[in-house]
Amino acid sequence: MKYTQGKYRILKKTAIAREMYSFIIECPEVAEIAQAGQFVHIRADGFTLRRPVSICEIDREKGTLRIVFEIRGEGTAAIARLNEGSLIDMLAPLGKGFTVNENFKRVILVGGGIGTPPMLSLAQIYGERAVVITGFRSADAVILQKDFKKVGAETILCTDDGSLGIHGFVTTPLESILNNGGADAVYACGPMPMLKNIAALCNEKNVDLCEISLEERMACGIGACLGCACRTKRNDEEYFAHVCKDGPVFNAKEVLW
Amino acid sequence: MADMSVKICGVDFKNPIIPASGVFGYGREYEELFPLQRLGGIATKGTTLHKRTGNPAPRIAETPSGMLNSVGLQNPGIDYFIENELPNLLEKETVILANFAGSTVDECVEVARRLDETDVHMLELNISCPNVKQGGAAFGTSCDMAAEVTAQVRRVTSKPLVVKLSPNVTSITDIAKAVEAAGADAISLINTLLGMRIDVNTRRPVLRNNVGGMSGAAVFPIAVRMVWQTANAVKIPVIGMGGVSSGRDAIEMMMAGAQAVQVGAAIFTDPYAPVRIIDEMNEFLDSKGIKDVKEIIGAVKPW
Repeated sequence: MKYTQGKYRILKKTAIAREMYSFIIECPEVAEIAQAGQFVHIRADGFTLRRPVSICEIDREKGTLRIVFEIRGEGTAAIARLNEGSLIDMLAPLGKGFTVNENFKRVILVGGGIGTPPMLSLAQIYGERAVVITGFRSADAVILQKDFKKVGAETILCTDDGSLGIHGFVTTPLESILNNGGADAVYACGPMPMLKNIAALCNEKNVDLCEISLEERMACGIGACLGCACRTKRNDEEYFAHVCKDGPVFNAKEVLW
Repeated sequence: MADMSVKICGVDFKNPIIPASGVFGYGREYEELFPLQRLGGIATKGTTLHKRTGNPAPRIAETPSGMLNSVGLQNPGIDYFIENELPNLLEKETVILANFAGSTVDECVEVARRLDETDVHMLELNISCPNVKQGGAAFGTSCDMAAEVTAQVRRVTSKPLVVKLSPNVTSITDIAKAVEAAGADAISLINTLLGMRIDVNTRRPVLRNNVGGMSGAAVFPIAVRMVWQTANAVKIPVIGMGGVSSGRDAIEMMMAGAQAVQVGAAIFTDPYAPVRIIDEMNEFLDSKGIKDVKEIIGAVKPW
């Protein structure tokens, strides 16, 4: 456990889809220790609570982090008003990231909507060994496809309305891959119903490792206030774990849906 | 630099700033950011006799200049606290206030009895948690119940007993006087105000518990008023809290009559809030040429 709070410079701001923004932030001490799947807790000017945003890319050499977030309400709107060159107040890096195993030969990364960005930090590590399945509402919400291809990952795109890629949910191509060769691990982030279906599918197909990244309304971000509860099972006992400290990444088998 | 020390119920605080119960856990998470010995004291997460799993999520909601919570006293139970958290806290060279609660009078008494056998410096009896079905605020909203639980706890501990009051009452001074008469050594207030938010798209309350405790800057004027009324109504010391976010807020709370100040929701916005507030208080006192923070306690000059 190691994190810091500070104000860091936004080097690049890009609008990448409707109400979706990408920031590249100069924060060498955070980038140095950040792990795929961890998050940053951003102060929104004028608001009591910080907003948790998952880390999208980590560049240790340049000392930068990339975050991609969607305007969900007034707090994220305030963060989206920050401009290139201005400072962003972050408490970071926080939480427990994904379990990465260099020996894995094939992994599947599944992202649903705004759950897609943390998958890029994993794709950076696994490169050509990763198959990235992403799902979005429609063509205008699609993000990060070029970024995944750039790191060598194979991409499979789905949209709910069929306006781009496969017409349907991410679980269809996932099931087909699991039936044809399988994978050493499945990592996923996205809406709860999607994660629940992925967890069930991985369980049915005996995937060794299925890790999912959860989201919950959060206050402190570091495990002190116990605000962001998630029902889990540990040692056969039901337990309210906390997304900020025990997660955001959980083994899918631990989560009680 | 002014003398920042205060003495409450015979216990010396190096400064009057205390992270409030519930926002600070047992200090471990914030110790990553600053040394705990900089704090006047620490009010630990509310502990009950047995472990409690708390309420289902969502437990947190943003409100204008504040927030709602309905954690529901999730905690590992008193024995775990005494064995695994208290020894570490007692090494931190700061005053430890063990906050505790119970569903019944007997449960409060049993927790107090166990805490009395430890080296903890003060007990803070929470009769004001709005997020639990039994006990909690039910004790804090009736003078008779508040007096009864205070008197029973008083009988089993010789440690300084602080009773933490709920603002969700008709007359805060009646409750304050009732717990004073029942043997409380000090009073802390205010706990959170009962609040609610509804998601207009889903027609569902934002909190899974439907209602929760409101805190943050928005409640500050209410807290100042209640601290002022209470400090004028009782002879025992008052510890003020509720929406304190800056050194000036803390000074204001002390001018209203608080001898020490707890800091809650502000720490979620700025994790360094307690230590920043100490520094800002110092700057204020220096700028006014005030040599001792005790000079400002109750210094308000009412019209």
